[in-house]
Amino acid sequence: MESNILNENSLAVIQQLLSTVCDPEIPVLTITDLGILRGVKIVNDTIEVTITPTYTGCPAMEMITMNIRLALIEHGYKNLVIKSILSPAWTTDWMTEAGKEKLKVYGIAPPNLTQAVCEPKLFAEAEAIQCPLCDSWHTKLISQFGSTACKALYQCEDCMEPFDYFKCH
Amino acid sequence: MNISNDIDSEKHMDTEISSSTPNSKNKEDLLLHLADTILILSHRNTAWCGHGPILEQDIAITNISLDLLGQARNFYQYAAKIINEATDLNAAKTKIGNDAEGLKEASEDSLAYLRTEREFKNLLLVEQPNGDWGQTILRQYLFSQYQYLIFEQLQQSSDQQLAAIAEKAIKEIAYHVRWSSEWVIRLGDGTTESHARMRNALEELWPYTGELFMPAEYENKASIGFELNSLKQQWSEKITEIFEIAALPSPKSMETTFMQTGGKTGNHSEHLGFILAEMQYLQRTYPDSTW
Repeated sequence: MESNILNENSLAVIQQLLSTVCDPEIPVLTITDLGILRGVKIVNDTIEVTITPTYTGCPAMEMITMNIRLALIEHGYKNLVIKSILSPAWTTDWMTEAGKEKLKVYGIAPPNLTQAVCEPKLFAEAEAIQCPLCDSWHTKLISQFGSTACKALYQCEDCMEPFDYFKCH
Repeated sequence: MNISNDIDSEKHMDTEISSSTPNSKNKEDLLLHLADTILILSHRNTAWCGHGPILEQDIAITNISLDLLGQARNFYQYAAKIINEATDLNAAKTKIGNDAEGLKEASEDSLAYLRTEREFKNLLLVEQPNGDWGQTILRQYLFSQYQYLIFEQLQQSSDQQLAAIAEKAIKEIAYHVRWSSEWVIRLGDGTTESHARMRNALEELWPYTGELFMPAEYENKASIGFELNSLKQQWSEKITEIFEIAALPSPKSMETTFMQTGGKTGNHSEHLGFILAEMQYLQRTYPDSTW
């Protein structure tokens, strides 16, 4: 494999490459859509990629780090540093509009803006979440914890289908 | 642990051979206390995996365990960094000579898997048995409410890494507080049976809440940036509010309860040894094994 020489065009090319790396658990979303890619820098001959975890314990992060490494190595970029930062803490507000659209098509209700419910209020009135399958607003919360750390479980009371909601964070 | 006495069974880095200052020792102890508490609670909760009362709540408690495990890892990683920075590994090897073969830098794994119960600094509350679902819920609630208040303060810490870990975790803790308080209310103000079980759980667990706000040496204001016991009133008010809706006795009515202490300095109830025996078995029997 030829080594890729870094030049002034490299940054754009690398960013383009990184925007094809997907979340292993929600493969329709790229790390750019999710907002977990926080920056790319070229320092001398090294590429520095900064990412941030969605949830502290998210097991997908290690796989994402590996996939970033593979995507770049595959294209001849060898000197890599992948850094993970915690602050500022990731929020679903960083998800792109295109990402939210892709989620809905995939069958997962996209996150509301965080100011809606991200407070520890008890038995808070359930957020209005639109069913991603039939578009009804007549839905109910089943559980705040779903199949992965980032999702809650809802059910549509019109089409009766249960669905995942990418909960605001 | 004294490395010069027992070098064969315990070869990981420890503080006996570190050149840490009192400040960095306090920081190290504080991080280990936070990490140990969160890890042990996570470990306890994972025992529900596959045994939850219904599928959705089984998933909820295991999700919470996962959040806690991630938080514990962040604290262990940071503690390992501080320990390694304060330790001159080569000087240590020279000091203890040939026995130093296999001496390694501290890591998140060595801190979780190779310390004894006297070295663990977790709160007594989190090592208490799961009991029934009510007892697990109540333990989670008492802790989450405490953790939320502590982490709110830690977010303001002048230690940027500590502040970042807290800032990240508090959003998760908000969900834990909400979930566990709703369950305390549901069960406390539920059927005669569920109410009786919550009363029992409260009787079991309340004696372990006394040490939450009693600062250990490493929790002095200079180390943590705030007065630990200044949060006690806020915590009691929150608990009172939830217990009132849940038809459970107020904290005020339990003021004379004899309080157990010692977890923060390594004096544990008999349960911790059993937890560690199970949790650490694999790494102690097959050192450095991975899968």
